Amino acid sequence: MPNALTISLIPLLPFAGFILLGLFGRKYLKKSSGIIGTVLLLASTIIALYTAYEYFFVYGKVGGGFQKFIPLQLTWLEFSQGVSIDMGILIDPISVMMLVVVTFVSLMVHIYSLGYMKGEERFPVYYSFLGLFTFSMLGLVLACNIFQIYIFWELVGVSSFLLIGYYYEKPSAVAACKKAFIVTRFADLGFLIGILILSFCSGTLDFTTLIQRLTTVGTSEFKTAVSYSFMGVSAVTWGAALVFVGGAGKSAMFPLHIWLPDAMEGPTPVSALIHAATMVVAGVFLVARLFPVLALTTPHVLEIVGWVGAISAVFAALIACTQTDIKRVLAYSTMSQIGYMMFALGVSKYGGENGLGYTASMFHLFTHAMFKALLFLGAGGVIHFVHSNEIKDMGGLRKVLPITHITFLIACLAISGVPPFAGFFSKEEILLAAYQNNIGIYWIALITSGLTAFYMFRLYFNIFWSKPYESHGEHHHGEGGFVMMLPLVLLAIGAAAAGFIPFGEYVSSDGIPLESHFHLQFSIVPVVLALTGVFTAMWMYKTQNDKPAKLATALNGFYTAAYHKFYIDEMYIFVTKKILFNLIGRPAAWFDRNVVDGLVNLAGSTTQAASENIKKFQSGKVQQYAIYFLAGIIVLATLFIYAWK
Amino acid sequence: MMEPGLYHILFISAALFFIGVYGFLTRRNLVTMLMGIELILNSVNLNFIAFNKYVWPAKMTGLFFVLFIIAIAAAEAAVAIAIIINLYRSHHSIDVTNDEDLKY
Repeated sequence: MPNALTISLIPLLPFAGFILLGLFGRKYLKKSSGIIGTVLLLASTIIALYTAYEYFFVYGKVGGGFQKFIPLQLTWLEFSQGVSIDMGILIDPISVMMLVVVTFVSLMVHIYSLGYMKGEERFPVYYSFLGLFTFSMLGLVLACNIFQIYIFWELVGVSSFLLIGYYYEKPSAVAACKKAFIVTRFADLGFLIGILILSFCSGTLDFTTLIQRLTTVGTSEFKTAVSYSFMGVSAVTWGAALVFVGGAGKSAMFPLHIWLPDAMEGPTPVSALIHAATMVVAGVFLVARLFPVLALTTPHVLEIVGWVGAISAVFAALIACTQTDIKRVLAYSTMSQIGYMMFALGVSKYGGENGLGYTASMFHLFTHAMFKALLFLGAGGVIHFVHSNEIKDMGGLRKVLPITHITFLIACLAISGVPPFAGFFSKEEILLAAYQNNIGIYWIALITSGLTAFYMFRLYFNIFWSKPYESHGEHHHGEGGFVMMLPLVLLAIGAAAAGFIPFGEYVSSDGIPLESHFHLQFSIVPVVLALTGVFTAMWMYKTQNDKPAKLATALNGFYTAAYHKFYIDEMYIFVTKKILFNLIGRPAAWFDRNVVDGLVNLAGSTTQAASENIKKFQSGKVQQYAIYFLAGIIVLATLFIYAWK
Repeated sequence: MMEPGLYHILFISAALFFIGVYGFLTRRNLVTMLMGIELILNSVNLNFIAFNKYVWPAKMTGLFFVLFIIAIAAAEAAVAIAIIINLYRSHHSIDVTNDEDLKY
């Protein structure tokens, strides 16, 4: 059986780091804060790996399927009988897998930051925020109660806000962190309403009970949930759809993705953390957590999930082909890959072979965490070296940054889906699931996978090949020491080998192990497409030439639109500034200034006028007071004697 | 000679009380005002004694009240005089009309 104490240590150790470094870091632990944070996270990673081992190989499987365990459940706030906010731990295949992913990637980021952030003024603050971020994400994946997930969900939002705005003296960073917070917060409003609707329908906030009640046809809760309707759509569908809005906001799905590219203003290791293990996968995790409800009760919402994911995937891939800031390319590639995970869930069904999409989505989440963290950390090394984010400042770096070069190449191959690297396996499963269930999404996914290979190798050739490296005379500080290379190497091993894990054995929609078949003839098309993408990129970018410029001119209008991210930001600005501000903001401001303030001022002036009148009574003349006193006594005595006989 | 009854004493007590009140309200000198308060207190004492003697002669309650009031009056007089002395030190007068600034 799972041990509540050891498992609760996994999130609590990073939290202890946050408290310790947050309170004492700046004064006493200036130098050692990085080590402290890293050691605490190392401990929590070890416990997480141990937990995963125990769960998958010792006690998790009962009667042929992986079971859910709730080793800890404390009632925190009880609203009424059965409806309570609990703090607890839910152990099932996806939460255990997420524990491993989150702690491992976070540990890599911690180690990498020891080198990357060295000498920063606010070094201890940085590590305490990292601890908070990791803690919130771990709490989120362990949550056993939908409201607990919401609490940690918001904590993730806050800590991403703090980390994106880490360089708070830069106005762009401040704008970016505000944008990330407000956009995700806006989506979370949908999440909150969704929670309220779902809990109202099911009469509980507890995940297991909620899922059980809302998926069993015939329970009274199920009948209520289906019979209540608004605008012709049943209550449970509304609830699930609104919860997905929250998930889409956090996972940067179209059209709520606008915060993600701007979030690149944070330090690069933070981007790795946000993009690989925490924050953006939270939305996918949420959909996976509520998957039985979505799949069995509200298939329409699942269809929306699928299409939103597919559109985001291809949309982001197109933008990524045109961006020139390497971190932005990676940001859009994240959005595209998260889109993959989303539509994999969207095309999946519950249980058995049809649940392949679910397994594939989680598998892709796992492999993506490896190669995306690797890509970001590698990009961090490159940026560290050339002091610029623009690809035009890079080129020919393969000789000066050999380890970064090799690991980056592995990550690019993995994300492009070239066998035998990790991304190939997970992408194959996703494509297979899409092919079996929704052919439209399958075609979109196929195009996206070609585009992915193209833009990743565009990046790769631009950074490491293109033009010969020219030294600008500044001192050569190499690739950064051991602490920056170790995470790259470890993650590269993960990105190369993670695909061989028989993932379906461990994670499936209903807990029963899924045999993963390998279809050779099926994978020919995607692999050929991926290789085409790779070679096109090679042909265009390996040496400096005018082909890219020509292509850009040929696709003039489309290229400009993609370069400007299809003007989504401008649309948002238009809607908020022109429409919302004028229609809602200004009238609200007028109402506030005149009506609300008027009432407040009225109360104030009335009191003042009244006190102006009665203040003469306090004259300071003792004898006058005595007369009032005497008069009062006489009046009372008269009343007492004659009125209350 | 007629034995003085309850009403006689009550009359004297009431007279004392109002003399005291009059003194308290009209005098400007703090010490004189204090004397007015003493008169009021003593009129109450007189009432207690009279009721004790004429209405419940078997009990001692009124007597004890009086003893208490005398003790407390002594303490109160000490406090009041201390206040008056301090006032004199700060204002160089014991005229109550000069102390109106104390309300601030």
